[in-house]
Amino acid sequence: MNLPQVVQYCFAGVTVGSIYAIVAIGFNIIYNTTGIINFAQGEFLIVGAMLAISFNHFVPLPVAIFLAVVVTTIIGGLVEIVFIRQVRNASVLRLIVITIGISILMREAMLHIWDEKVRSLPYFTGTGVSTVTILGAHISPQVLWVLGVSTIIVMGLTPFFRFTLTGRAMRACADDRMAARLCGINDRWMVTLSFMLSAGIGALAGCVISPVTQTQYDMGASLAIKGFTVAILGGLGNSMAAVAAGLMLGLIEALVMSQFDVAYKEAVSIVILLLILVFRPSGLFGKREIAAMRAL
Amino acid sequence: MGKQLAKVVGILIVALALCVSVVAKAADAPAIKVGAIFAVTGGAANLGGPEKKTAEMLVEKINKEGGVNGQKIELIVKDSGTKPENAISMAKQLIEEDKVLAIIGPSTSGETMAIKNICQESKTILISCAAAEDIVNPVASYVFKTPQKDSDAVRRIFQVMKAKGITKIGVITSNDGFGMAGGKQLANLANLAGITIAISEAYDKQETDLTGVLTKVKGQDVNAVVNWSIVPAQSLVAKNMKQIGLNVPLFQSHGFGNIKYVQEGGEAANGTIFPCGRLLIAEILPDNNPQKKLLLGYKKDYESQYKEDASTFGGHAYDALLILVEGIKKAKSTDKEKVREAIENIKGLVGTAGIFNFSSQDHNGLGMDAFEMLTVKDGKFVIYKN
Amino acid sequence: MTHFRRYIPVIAVAIGVIILQVVLSGTRSTYYMTQITMSAYYALVVIGLCLLMGYAGQISLGHAGFFAIGGYTTAVLTTFNLMAYRDTPLVSLCRSLGVLVQRQDIYGADILAFSPWPAFVVAILLTVIIAFMIGLPVIRLKGHYMAMASLGFGLIIYRIVLGGRIFGQADGVSNVPPFTIIAGLEVNGRAAFRIESYYIAWFVVLAAMVLAINLVHSRVGRALRSIHENEEAAHSLGVNTYCYKLLVFVLSAIFAAVGGILLTHYNGSIGPSEVTVMKSVRYLVIVAVGGMANLWGALFMGVLLNFLSLRGVFGSYDDAVFAIILIAIMLFAPQGLLRLPKFRKVTSSPRRANG
Repeated sequence: MNLPQVVQYCFAGVTVGSIYAIVAIGFNIIYNTTGIINFAQGEFLIVGAMLAISFNHFVPLPVAIFLAVVVTTIIGGLVEIVFIRQVRNASVLRLIVITIGISILMREAMLHIWDEKVRSLPYFTGTGVSTVTILGAHISPQVLWVLGVSTIIVMGLTPFFRFTLTGRAMRACADDRMAARLCGINDRWMVTLSFMLSAGIGALAGCVISPVTQTQYDMGASLAIKGFTVAILGGLGNSMAAVAAGLMLGLIEALVMSQFDVAYKEAVSIVILLLILVFRPSGLFGKREIAAMRAL
Repeated sequence: MGKQLAKVVGILIVALALCVSVVAKAADAPAIKVGAIFAVTGGAANLGGPEKKTAEMLVEKINKEGGVNGQKIELIVKDSGTKPENAISMAKQLIEEDKVLAIIGPSTSGETMAIKNICQESKTILISCAAAEDIVNPVASYVFKTPQKDSDAVRRIFQVMKAKGITKIGVITSNDGFGMAGGKQLANLANLAGITIAISEAYDKQETDLTGVLTKVKGQDVNAVVNWSIVPAQSLVAKNMKQIGLNVPLFQSHGFGNIKYVQEGGEAANGTIFPCGRLLIAEILPDNNPQKKLLLGYKKDYESQYKEDASTFGGHAYDALLILVEGIKKAKSTDKEKVREAIENIKGLVGTAGIFNFSSQDHNGLGMDAFEMLTVKDGKFVIYKN
Repeated sequence: MTHFRRYIPVIAVAIGVIILQVVLSGTRSTYYMTQITMSAYYALVVIGLCLLMGYAGQISLGHAGFFAIGGYTTAVLTTFNLMAYRDTPLVSLCRSLGVLVQRQDIYGADILAFSPWPAFVVAILLTVIIAFMIGLPVIRLKGHYMAMASLGFGLIIYRIVLGGRIFGQADGVSNVPPFTIIAGLEVNGRAAFRIESYYIAWFVVLAAMVLAINLVHSRVGRALRSIHENEEAAHSLGVNTYCYKLLVFVLSAIFAAVGGILLTHYNGSIGPSEVTVMKSVRYLVIVAVGGMANLWGALFMGVLLNFLSLRGVFGSYDDAVFAIILIAIMLFAPQGLLRLPKFRKVTSSPRRANG
């Protein structure tokens, strides 16, 4: 393989890796606050994209995206208040199971509201045929947008969770909810906020990847699976690690594709997930004790 | 005089009563029960949705015009959710409980193969809307299918390639039944056509990015790419090819039959070459084309009733019903064996996918001429001319 | 026999099954037996999952994978034509062992394939081995990590059957022959065998229930319940939590595989649709609705919900119905719908502090 070929494969890996990473970031927000894995995260992305596509018929693209993010944020908050908050004797397992139900419900609702057709948002810059040439290989400018948006989100979230009062309050809730409450933190509101934040960021993610992946009502589930594979790979709760893990997984998949039958690519990510869960559940960049503490 | 008048009036009244009862009986002629199993939800929703809508629309139209042989059609539609086990359960329901004359559908090959034996053994006519050659090969006397042959689509594609001087191609297919069947035909018929398949890969039907696969194809220096899938990959392939600079002709399957896929593909879809039923270019067909009237009629009715573009998939259900109705008419009865035999003898029936000519060996009835080679120009379908 | 009380529901259900058959035959509506039989086989998966989730407290989001291992193994073995290989040493060995059978397929061609009973044995062995291999590392994972791992397992099986040529890829395997249990008794989907298949299915289900009940009331069952109540306390009392959980995991896998094998022969085919994530979620919903530790609830709900779903009663809202049921149960009745005092006595589970 010559250099342009190798670079092209890397680009392919980066393309899918950035998609995985941006989904994983959404998982981490809710995980950081509640310790649960939100199986409906994928649907937040798709709802955001679908809304933006519909709004785009009436308003210009940036406005459509903004509106979509706002509406999805509200949906995220409603989901938390109506479903999650009501669960009595909330064990982590029970909450995970509920998010599965919510994911299916949202998917079916989307099918009946929007139908099964494939849509996409217009490319942010250029069109479906524009390319940027780097080192002899070509990549769509939209992928650079995905990477850019992911970076900005992560750069915003990390100081948020580390330095701001709200962010630290949210992390406190995940560590020990009773203790957080005793410190005067309104833990219920923190949980709602985390869902809203996750939904909003998910919607933004959905909009920015829509031109690349196209948007169909049932894409949420497969996005979610890849997303939490990457989140676990990086270490649950660590968004910067999620981006790194996402890119890594994408590159591994591209490597497998280049040498073997394309069909094995899917199996690779599942095998990696199982290996990580068995041998290093805290993820590549996570700390062992945290994983042991978190697991219930 | 009074007694005779009374007698006449009495006879008239009885005669009138008899007439009324005869007319009432004719109006109450038992409906012909026809079952339908479509994948309205699930992975093949873009096939089953239009199929269901088309079937319901056509049955309504037929009934409004008086039914078949004076009998109305009662259509019983079941949603299999693209699951063969559901198709099996529903087929048994339709056959044993509703005692249908025939079953239209299912939408996918996997589901059809699952119920093929059930229908054959219970001597229920099955007119499938799925494409696999296995459905009618080997021939089971009660089982028919309406979509064109995959092998004919492939032959047409290779014809065009030869004319363009293309010798080395890359094949990518989705990993669902449709994609795998196409891949098989491409592999089988390539040598005969003098075409070399330099690389053949199957990707996941829900793949969100195909640049990796296409990079692999690009590395083989091919003259053209063939993609065999249904949505969403069809539109994605066109875009991804341009994005990584793979600027060779793109051929697609007859699954590309909906203008929405072109819209989704945008600029990149221009220049795609594919075989297709004539539904999509009905307007620009010459007026003496035997299919034109039927196609325009179907398109108009579908689009005005459902406010969405007609697709060739819905047409398969249309054809299935047409064939069944024609069989009932010819047999002048609703006896399963008689109708089956009548269907086998249908010749020259104009449908949306082509003109059907059945025989006891050929339960598909369509040949290579059922396809028209189309291409995309300025976001519209046009007939491909070399 | 002092424990006879716990088998009363078994007898009750058996009598109910017989009465139902008589009623259906009398009203000439035996066609309902098709969906009842299919649901009964799905219920086997549910019973196993109930033991795993309710009594061993482990969640599995990939149990459809074991159903598929059973079903696909028997499908491939009983349909793969070994005629071309009949003289190779391995095949000759099989022939001499009497595990192969020569028959005609529906098109009249001769094929040489495994007969159903040897295929059954191989399928169960394979299930046990795989369940063991998966269970060993995965059982000791906690909470959502186990959920993810089981989901991953289900996905891998899905990918394998979807991609493997021998598994028919997307179209699955069809023309699977009926399963002759003993001469004159078959698992066969044809209308003429309806009543026979109905009783076979219920016999297997009730046998499974008896097994499950015995397990629950045995030392193993008590150990499991103690683990479920408080794992650390049980561990400190010397209960080998790990071994018991693994045992139940493998057992629940076997239940699922048996369901898969028998349903495949009944349907005459199997496809990748039997091992999607949605299928695994459905099994989970049924166990949750019936009551996590309520075997009879799980059985009842399993048969009821699958029956309705197979008949298309939920129409295009099939998945949505299951999702709504799941959410409703989690919100309003997390212990399941059938946690009535009467049922509780029957399953004899201990009083829970938070129940």
